[in-house]
Amino acid sequence: MNDASTVSATKSAVSERDLLSKFDALIEERANFLSDGRADPINLVMEQVLSPTRAICNGRETLLLGTYNYMGMTFDPDVIEAGKQAMEDFGAGTTGSRLLNGTFRDHRDVETALREFYAMDHAMVFSTGYQANLGIISTLAGKGDYIILDIDSHASIWDGCAMGNAEVVPFKHNDIEAMEKRLKRVPEGAGKLVVLEGVYSMMGDVAPLKEMVRIAKENDAMVLVDEAHSMGFIGQHGRGVAEEQGVIDDVDFIIGTFSKSVGTVGGFCVSNHPKFEVLRLVCRPYVFTAALPPSVMASSATSIRKLMHGGNKRAHLWENSRTLHQGLRDLGFTLGTDTAQSAIIAVIMPDLEKGAMMWEALLKEGLYVNLARPPATPAGMTLLRCSLCAEHSAEQVTTILGMFERAGKAIGII
Amino acid sequence: MNSAEVNERIRTLIEPFNKKGIAIEDATTFAGDLEFDSLTVMDFVAEIEDEFDVIISMNQQAEIENWGQLVAAVHKLQDS
Repeated sequence: MNDASTVSATKSAVSERDLLSKFDALIEERANFLSDGRADPINLVMEQVLSPTRAICNGRETLLLGTYNYMGMTFDPDVIEAGKQAMEDFGAGTTGSRLLNGTFRDHRDVETALREFYAMDHAMVFSTGYQANLGIISTLAGKGDYIILDIDSHASIWDGCAMGNAEVVPFKHNDIEAMEKRLKRVPEGAGKLVVLEGVYSMMGDVAPLKEMVRIAKENDAMVLVDEAHSMGFIGQHGRGVAEEQGVIDDVDFIIGTFSKSVGTVGGFCVSNHPKFEVLRLVCRPYVFTAALPPSVMASSATSIRKLMHGGNKRAHLWENSRTLHQGLRDLGFTLGTDTAQSAIIAVIMPDLEKGAMMWEALLKEGLYVNLARPPATPAGMTLLRCSLCAEHSAEQVTTILGMFERAGKAIGII
Repeated sequence: MNSAEVNERIRTLIEPFNKKGIAIEDATTFAGDLEFDSLTVMDFVAEIEDEFDVIISMNQQAEIENWGQLVAAVHKLQDS
């Protein structure tokens, strides 16, 4: 095709129905939101990253309170060294599926590290946590099967449900009775998968897994728990909320991620199911994508093994979470939970307008938090989500509280 | 329970959700006429599920746009 015909083809396309026009309302809303020259909450650039808790944003040093770097492993010297070595020895990437040419020494090793960490028989690593949920859920529950899940489940869980074509039955958030009723109504003989999360990432609240897992088992359902936001610091060995509540042996599948406590990128599923390995052959988001780079695998394996001995860091992260939670409460902010249940503290804003103003005021103070809004948030809320890091010092937490106090008073929220 | 009885029962259940008191006919749509958002839909569906002891999965909900379709679906579900 020559240049002239390309131009005419483009022109004729204008008269066709524009498939992007369904987003016009969103385009307009965003233009309005940014029209008064305010900072854009979803386009922040970290020009330099100084440590797990500090970065340069808009040319100034900024305290980070909105990353999932819970255990501060991104700058761990051993984690970095392992990655550098693997990159030198194995190259920059895999250029292939795990099933073909994409399984290197360190892909196997990271799966071994996961089996050690969770004391489970099987581990399967995906390219992201999103793909782990997408792949495992869609492969487990197909047409005619039933998925019973919490209404506040992460997008990757919903997308896995949709992709597998199962009957999807949501229940009210953390409502044990609502879950049980729906489980009991599933037609006799149908396959049942209950999908829960350990920590729900918007409000930072924990699920009553003890009761829910028991009820699921009493009703012959298989159970999958997403422990993305608990790995490394909840439970005696950091295996998550299911471990903390004593039901990990009854959970059939645990989904997790390397992009939070582990500090790299990747997703995984661990399980004791004797037929688990067959999933490597039938799970499309595992088969039809390239395996992660060897450097990421080596860094992840090193990080996971270090997290097994992270008792002191874990204790400090809890201290930080409780101090921030109590401090924000004392200042008069409305929080998502009565006490700190995880390393996520959700500060509830009166509305999007005030939330955006508060977010910008905090950024100007030199603090980064997440501005979360519908549809990601439950009940149409606007939240300032704070997530703590084990590398935050006690002084930094005090500094953060001061920033919240000044910004909150300036905006008129407290 | 016949279709008229199902209609009557769901009519009682929808009252608290029909804040503007919109007159409901078979063609009345949930998203359009009644302006139900996803949270309202969830609460309303939960009420119906508990009242009739049935499951209305998300997949089934996607097929139900108006009042007449809802009554027909629930009537069929509680019969089976």
